Amino acid sequence: MLLIQKERSDNMAILNKEEAQSLLKKVLSYSKAEECEASINGSEGGNIRYALNAVSTAGDISTMGLRVTSVFGQKAGTATINEFDDAALERVVRRAEELAQLAPPNPEYMPMLGPRTFAESITFNAATAAMTPDSRAEMVAKSLEVTKQANLTAAGFLENATTFNAIMNSKGLFAYEKGTDVTFSVTTRNEAGTASGYAARGFTDITKLDTHSATKIAANKVLTSVGAKAMEPGKYTVILEPVAATYMLESMFRFDARQADEGRSFLSKKGGGTRLGEQLLDPKVTIYSDPFNQDLPGSTWSGDGLPLEKTMWIDKGVVKNLSYSRYWAQKKGVNPMPGPSNIIMEGGDATIEDMIKSTERGILVSRLWYIRMVDPQSLLLTGLTRDGLFYIENGKIKFPIKNFRFNESPVIMLNNVDALGKPERSISVESYRSYLVPPMKLRDFTFSSLSDAV
Amino acid sequence: MFPGLTASGNPIDPSQALAPMDAKINKQLADVALNAAKSKGASYADVRIGRYFNQFIITRENKVLNVANTESFGVGIRVIANGCWGFAATNDVTQAGMVKTAEKAVAVAKANAKIGGAPVELAPQQGYGEVSWKTPLEKNGFEVPVKEKVDLLLSTNGIAMQGGANFVNSNLFLVNEQKYFASTDGSYIDQDVHRIYPSFVVTKIDPGAGAFETRRSLSSPVGMGYEYLTPLDSEKVTGVTTRYKKRYDILEDIKAATQQAGQKLAAKSVEPGKYDMVLDPSHLWLTIHESVGHPTELDRVLGYEANFAGTSFLTLDKWKSGNFNFGSPQVNIVADKTQIGSLGAVGYDDEGVKCKKWDLIKDGILVNYQAIRDQAHIIGLKESQGCCYSQSWQDVQFQRMPNVSLQPGKTPLSVDDMIKNVEKGIYIIGDGSFSIDQQRYNFQFGGQLFYEIKDGKIVGMLNDVAYQANTREFWNSCAQVCDERDYRLGGAFNDGKGQPSQSSAVSHGASTALFKGVNVINTKRKIG
Repeated sequence: MLLIQKERSDNMAILNKEEAQSLLKKVLSYSKAEECEASINGSEGGNIRYALNAVSTAGDISTMGLRVTSVFGQKAGTATINEFDDAALERVVRRAEELAQLAPPNPEYMPMLGPRTFAESITFNAATAAMTPDSRAEMVAKSLEVTKQANLTAAGFLENATTFNAIMNSKGLFAYEKGTDVTFSVTTRNEAGTASGYAARGFTDITKLDTHSATKIAANKVLTSVGAKAMEPGKYTVILEPVAATYMLESMFRFDARQADEGRSFLSKKGGGTRLGEQLLDPKVTIYSDPFNQDLPGSTWSGDGLPLEKTMWIDKGVVKNLSYSRYWAQKKGVNPMPGPSNIIMEGGDATIEDMIKSTERGILVSRLWYIRMVDPQSLLLTGLTRDGLFYIENGKIKFPIKNFRFNESPVIMLNNVDALGKPERSISVESYRSYLVPPMKLRDFTFSSLSDAV
Repeated sequence: MFPGLTASGNPIDPSQALAPMDAKINKQLADVALNAAKSKGASYADVRIGRYFNQFIITRENKVLNVANTESFGVGIRVIANGCWGFAATNDVTQAGMVKTAEKAVAVAKANAKIGGAPVELAPQQGYGEVSWKTPLEKNGFEVPVKEKVDLLLSTNGIAMQGGANFVNSNLFLVNEQKYFASTDGSYIDQDVHRIYPSFVVTKIDPGAGAFETRRSLSSPVGMGYEYLTPLDSEKVTGVTTRYKKRYDILEDIKAATQQAGQKLAAKSVEPGKYDMVLDPSHLWLTIHESVGHPTELDRVLGYEANFAGTSFLTLDKWKSGNFNFGSPQVNIVADKTQIGSLGAVGYDDEGVKCKKWDLIKDGILVNYQAIRDQAHIIGLKESQGCCYSQSWQDVQFQRMPNVSLQPGKTPLSVDDMIKNVEKGIYIIGDGSFSIDQQRYNFQFGGQLFYEIKDGKIVGMLNDVAYQANTREFWNSCAQVCDERDYRLGGAFNDGKGQPSQSSAVSHGASTALFKGVNVINTKRKIG
């Protein structure tokens, strides 16, 4: 058992808008460069980890950092520091200026932007910001109640953070935002090691997190997974629960125009150019970003000072927009388009139960694991199923089955859509980023081999 | 698991990297912390004062995208009080900061003890007194002028562009960990650890076909100085393409890579089926890492990583049986934190245990795991195996993988002689796509270069190759391992484990090995 406690002497908690503005103004007052940008970010939060039904580590973390970029012509230098007395602020500005003078000119450098107005983000939740080691421990205790009662073993992780970001430059641009995030994941296993279950949740607002019911779902996966049978790999109709679908789709959510124009992306067009405007996916697929979505709020400005607004990326299967950096936009003669700060995939009304009922022969997938790119050209991915895989026949779950390895591309997968359910906030089990993604029923998903892993 | 690399820490002037920490001052500070911990009731305490330097140089084509020097400095204090661990860290490295942080660590341990659980059982460890260790290096990479390093990368890119590449990215990553460890066992250990990783990716496009191919560098991250980038003919392995031992020739490799990226575009797509696989060390290191390194980590075996990295199929009952057949008799795999030039090499681990070498798989049989001080008793050891590591002063140390390497064959055997006896096979060089299940049974690996072997001869290049296997079946299909003349290290800077995740650097050595009858799939797909 091990508890972690971290304390940084630079802990200045979360700065409000006025405090951040005043600090950044002071930083810029030391600048002698042609252009200067200062940004500050801070994080305050904590985590608790448990395994074998007992807490293994826990910690409180508070950090703040300042980053300064100084520019002479096309020569830019960047320095960061985590001390905030006047001498340190001046030192970091001088350091950035020295590095800028040493750097070779970067022909892709774009001059800094002037002042703009950004909408206030809705990413902050006071209840999440007020979480304490005790409240985290209570939530873990609620999770452990379930597994102890069911005679199962739990391993899990709960982490919350309050963050702020602020940016100011010598041309007068200023932006500030504050946000909160909490993620929870739990793996439950039986004593014999023959069955495993999993649940993961991510929220801006902690009051939406119920670790007890999430753990119950994970425990139920274990109880229904005992006695898994081996089936032949091959192409199957699958129903992906949102946590499985999210991880599978995450690598597709980069809509970068430059990579596509350069001919090295799944969005590159044969013969040159991009697939903008083309029907890439099934008409049931619509993917957009919206900083003001109540369930998945996002940033309202990008790192290079552009406002972020609701943006359609895939509309009824058609590629509607690609993201253009300011440099690439200028080169291509289009408006810059920052990448998404969140991702929302539209769905339908079908529940997972409805999808099962309408399936003659198929597989229900609870979670995917260790997904890696095999071929960036087709976006072919490989990975495995994990923590609950069930065979469906004539509209009913017949029995649990052993895990499979798959080789499949999300682009092919989203051309084989039978039905989409109601989108729900789900976290990627590797990046821990949150997305709004529906459960999905897909035809001809390619499983390539069996795995003995439980 | 391997997440992406990120730059972190605070930028510093290169000259600052040259001044090492003062061991005398560190000892005084450490004693203050140890005494404070003991006076508050700690039965054991250790202190890690760490200064971590990184340098990143990032380029593409004829442009330098970023040059960054970063520094992170602070102290982590770990204690046992009332039978439980407690940890606290601060960047206030003063006597007052030491006292406050040590007291906090004890308070955390005592609070944790109230929750209950089995008391920590720490394997005994003798104190070493005042000792030091430094990565043996000829040239400190931080002392090499930035311009010289930038020029080397831009020259590399220039060769690629002249050779017809469409794009090239090249990077240089330098690491220096200055670590001062002290414990209530009476150890005061001063270590200066260096690592370097030059790398590139060259891309060739066939716009007409809407196709592109890349070839990554055949370099490896190593525990060396800048001398790694000084080519030496005696450290080259010639053959179908040149590979590198303890010295890397980046200008030679980029030239070959640019041609090979073009050849890959034109290469024959593989026919799926069973093949004999001849796996070069530049490829095999990753298969060893995933299928041997991870399942022999004792914390995974015990279930502590169940919610993230996973557990292991190598359960304690298999080890206890004394006859669990992991691989063929040719398979001898050692754990080794003493290997010069490797990423895992240090004098002492992050809980003050002198580093060592031991067998994991002996003549194909599972004989041991990787353990730290509070795990040693679980596998009947009287002392730790020295596998404790933390990525920084502010993260708590825990069990991390040592270098895990396949031992060379004892019978003289060259790669050419190995290939001569292969009827239908594929020779893979370089690592590519990788994925393995959470208990380490089923894996799939790609590569950089695939050569078809027919009737003992290399007949051409293949593409779209990946092989899938079950760990135990794969290692039991190992028929031959080349001798020590072919032995080389591969490795990674970014092995991820734990929640919150920590990164660790580790090497894996091997000579080219032959695996019979492995299942190969074709990874070519068409979209829309």
